[in-house]
Amino acid sequence: MKNNLIVSGSPHIHKEESISRIMWTVAASLVPAGIAGVIIFGLDALWVTLVAVIAAVLTELVFEIWGKKKITALDGSAVITGIILAFNLPPNVPLWLPIVGAVFSIAIGKQVFGGIGQNIFNPALVGRVFLMASWPKYMTTFAKPFSCDAVTGATPLALLKEGKLLEHISYLDLFLGKRGGCIGEVCILALLVGAAILLIRGYITWHIPATYIFTTAAFTYIFGAPQLFGGDWLFHILSGGLILGAFFMATDYVATPLTARGQLIFGVGCGLLTAIIRLWGGYPEGASYAILMMNAATPFIDRYTKNRIYGTR
Amino acid sequence: MVRLVENKHYSENKAIEKLPLPQKVYLPLIQHLGKICNPEVKTGDTVRLGQRIAGVASHVSAPIHASISGRVTAIQDWPHPVLGRAKAVVIEGDGRDDHFLFGLKGQQEIDKLTAQDIRKIVLDAGIVGMGGASFPTHIKLNPPQPVDVLIINGAECEPYLTADARLMVEKTAEISLGITLVARCLGVQKIYIGIEENKPEAIKAFSKISGIQVKVLKSEYPQGGEKQLIQNILGRQIPRAKLPFDIGVVVQNVATIYAIYEAVYKGKPLIERIVTVTGSCVQNPKNLLVRLGAPIKNLIEFCGPLKEEPAKIIIGGPMMGIAQYADEVPIIKSSGGLLLMNKKEARVLEEDPCIRCAACVRGCPVGLEPCQINLASEKTLWSLAREYGALDCIECGICNFVCPAKRRLLQTIKRAKLEVTK
Repeated sequence: MKNNLIVSGSPHIHKEESISRIMWTVAASLVPAGIAGVIIFGLDALWVTLVAVIAAVLTELVFEIWGKKKITALDGSAVITGIILAFNLPPNVPLWLPIVGAVFSIAIGKQVFGGIGQNIFNPALVGRVFLMASWPKYMTTFAKPFSCDAVTGATPLALLKEGKLLEHISYLDLFLGKRGGCIGEVCILALLVGAAILLIRGYITWHIPATYIFTTAAFTYIFGAPQLFGGDWLFHILSGGLILGAFFMATDYVATPLTARGQLIFGVGCGLLTAIIRLWGGYPEGASYAILMMNAATPFIDRYTKNRIYGTR
Repeated sequence: MVRLVENKHYSENKAIEKLPLPQKVYLPLIQHLGKICNPEVKTGDTVRLGQRIAGVASHVSAPIHASISGRVTAIQDWPHPVLGRAKAVVIEGDGRDDHFLFGLKGQQEIDKLTAQDIRKIVLDAGIVGMGGASFPTHIKLNPPQPVDVLIINGAECEPYLTADARLMVEKTAEISLGITLVARCLGVQKIYIGIEENKPEAIKAFSKISGIQVKVLKSEYPQGGEKQLIQNILGRQIPRAKLPFDIGVVVQNVATIYAIYEAVYKGKPLIERIVTVTGSCVQNPKNLLVRLGAPIKNLIEFCGPLKEEPAKIIIGGPMMGIAQYADEVPIIKSSGGLLLMNKKEARVLEEDPCIRCAACVRGCPVGLEPCQINLASEKTLWSLAREYGALDCIECGICNFVCPAKRRLLQTIKRAKLEVTK
């Protein structure tokens, strides 16, 4: 028999799974929301998303070539960053905006920390917050749904903040996405379809999304109206970026806690911060900032939420 | 706990067959956890089957017996399935020992044996834990404090392996007698046998035995790990850094029990064991009764011809088994399986950075965060690795198995364990 046997440590079998398979599945799970965005806002939404994705992948590629690292620009993770960033932009922004945002996301949000697995914040949100701080006008001017002539309007949350939410938007309209907002956040139905894929595949668990959404709902119900326990919690769940954030941004592996207990705390934290920003903060929407702040708290949460080791109390 | 593709279909319905007597056996002087034995024969000596050829060097040890009769041709360094290399006694057979009879005992004689007598027989027979750990059994039969539960490990949770399953089906009566002996030796009334649900025949066989409670376990790895078995049968955990007897439990593998039966009833020392020879390259997977010390090439040949050249040969199962570098390596007391993997199955996967997906955290049966220990270990931060509980690792390999980045989690954790205990 041949004597060049392979010798390696146990285990000798491995699950059929890879980072790129996970990443591409996540990217695919975002497609329904993207399609909904294009249907609702027109082709602008498609161009913004495509440009963001291409810019993100190219930036990753440049950094990897420059740093003489293994080329993983097409492992799907940069694609996700591009999609998430675009989904957090209004559909009618000039096309240089998603490019700048995507370059910033990958360069400053991811590569300077060492690339995949090393970032301490969700890269797409880093890019989004950068754009928000730099070009607030573009970032808060929203196209009205189903209007080809780019009539601008405000999001329901912004109207609420300014006390201008005069007519009630039906829950069904909110659920289906017939409202002003960012490309990927408006159609809750499509987002839930994508979320279901990830939950079924086991790529995300319920811990963060469930606690996040529940906490925001509970908090806005209690404090969302002049009198206690009178808030329109369903409105808060269905508007803004809560659903997109809870299932696709707050569940980013790298910047979230490892254990179930840690993830529960993370979700509650995101929910509280989102609700507080929405109700009492300066911005109409709080999901991005809430998630970023909790990202920063992740190492701390990890430290205090280790699992109980077998045979210990 | 994870569900694995079991691949037991290769051999689960193959009745135990005898491997033809090897012409030569290589008996390592260490086949147990503990001190290496002192050889009691020298080159040129004639030995007969079952004769003791190496004796105990300390309490934690087990003697070794000639597994064929013949002549000692050398005592030399030889490949060892666990240790890489070790000193071994080489016996060239004369082919005459197949009809050798050991001292059979009648039931009346057996009934008179005291716990002390049983332990003595087990020690003299060189019996060790045959599930893989190879801890000398006579010590486990003499717990420093009274125990009240005996658990028989028939889980066989490693994929591919079917040796224990076949033994349970084919030697039910003998194993039951062995269990009675061990229970008597320990003074235990409560007896459980844990069997995974993927072995319905074995479950059926033992359900008919009175006095033994069958616990049907989910087919999940590592169900047969001592800690998991105790937890899933009794709902108790062994406190950290303690042993099963600290909570009044003794666990014995079915193959060990069978060896005890043979030693007590037949006066037969541990000279052979069941080995599953399997894998996608094997034309005729089998469960073989193999004389200890038989080189694995004999087993491979007997199950041949091979469908394709194996790229990796593993002694044990695919999760915890050890990859071998030579086909001269002998079967020893703890070798329950011989798994041949083809080139595709054995390919070495490239490692990617950890993305903190926490699959290892969810999978770890003892509640560790393997990815964190891995990072600490890679940065040689040994005290941090200890803080993360590296020493609690049972080396089941699940973290490594589930990791989408194919990180060598287990290897680095094992390294950390060694460094931490330095």
